[in-house]
Amino acid sequence: MTTMVLAAGDEFVAPGVKDFFLPPIFGEVTKPMVLLVLSILIIGVFFIAATRNLKLVPSKFQFAAESLYDVGRNSIAREQIGAKDFRPYVPLVLTIFTFILVNNLFGLIPFVQFPTMSHIGFPLAVSLLVVYPVYHFAGIRRHGLVGYLKNQTMPPGAPWFVLPLLIPIEFFQKFVLNPLTLAIRVFAAMFAGHLLLLVFTLSGEYLLFAGGVTVVVAPVAFFFAIALTFLEALIMVLQAYIFALLSASYIGAALAEEH
Amino acid sequence: MNTLVLAAEEGAINPVLPHTSEIILGLIAFLLLFFVIKKFVSPRFETLYAERAAKIEGGIEKAEQAQAQAQQALEQYKAQLAEARAEAARIRDDARIEGEQIISELRAKAQEESARIVAQGQTQLETQRAQIVAELRGELGRLAIDLADRVVGESLEDEVRRRGTVDRFLSELDGTSAPAVK
Repeated sequence: MTTMVLAAGDEFVAPGVKDFFLPPIFGEVTKPMVLLVLSILIIGVFFIAATRNLKLVPSKFQFAAESLYDVGRNSIAREQIGAKDFRPYVPLVLTIFTFILVNNLFGLIPFVQFPTMSHIGFPLAVSLLVVYPVYHFAGIRRHGLVGYLKNQTMPPGAPWFVLPLLIPIEFFQKFVLNPLTLAIRVFAAMFAGHLLLLVFTLSGEYLLFAGGVTVVVAPVAFFFAIALTFLEALIMVLQAYIFALLSASYIGAALAEEH
Repeated sequence: MNTLVLAAEEGAINPVLPHTSEIILGLIAFLLLFFVIKKFVSPRFETLYAERAAKIEGGIEKAEQAQAQAQQALEQYKAQLAEARAEAARIRDDARIEGEQIISELRAKAQEESARIVAQGQTQLETQRAQIVAELRGELGRLAIDLADRVVGESLEDEVRRRGTVDRFLSELDGTSAPAVK
């Protein structure tokens, strides 16, 4: 790439971290902050409007809202937490799923084009300050502190001599790693995906306007940008689903008698 | 080379380190949305689902009830039919028994009647015979006396003698004929 850039004469500046930290729109308010507020408005208004007049036989709009609700309720919460305990956690799981989903999809919407979750602070707020306390609290309330610790750190069926090794590993995973990996997973996917799109779009643009023979190669870059957009769409939905799924799974594991 | 340039440009920005303001805003936004969903959205959906489930279950229950009722009615009808059949058989048996009874009664009565008639006939015969015998006896006596009168030509005036002769003759006659009659 460097040779190409040099050949064109004008220096090509590859997109990087700085593209994720645009100058504030006004005061301290930045673009992702605005998007975040916008996202909760969109979800909130959508659900309120959809549930304002529910019918036993759903309309198309209600059916769409129900389908979305059922993803959070049936395919995530009930599957992971179990039919006995899942009900109190349905709103949480649904909020996580829709919140992450809409903020991810902002990366594809024209003119918005910025996945909010590529700023680690947002997913970290959800995973570390919401999911993490919720599942530990649920586990401690169900089993008591000692019972919960035992349940979480001592997998049943493990031979006694591996326990000294297993307990620290399990503890480290359950109490330190889980919330971090949960946040980093979606953050990294969004960050890398957006960066990839930037690379292909910006390089295509550069090739197009740099002059010379490189114009011929520009469509290739745009083609890849479009192809990657589709891939990104899949990843955005998938990451939101995984985030909600893992959150529910942690809650389920904390509540389970034997995990 | 690129990385070096980038590193130099980044300066203070490190994407892996979260901004405190973003964490706070993220949390507040999330909790707001969570509140809305928990307070308004989820309960509405759950009531709807409960209603729907109740409706479906109610329908199933109703169908089951109807089926149970139909089954019950069928059993009732079957029981009634069996009862009716048993009743009919019983009535038939009763009628047969009664008929037999009546026949035997009638037969007994008829036998009795016939016996009575026979007995009556016999007694009647007996009396008639006795009467005839008595009549004949008188007649015979008179005829014999008449005959004897004519033959002898004189009237036998002695009553005692006459009676004695006739009686003797008759008892002799009785003695020979009685065993034959009896």
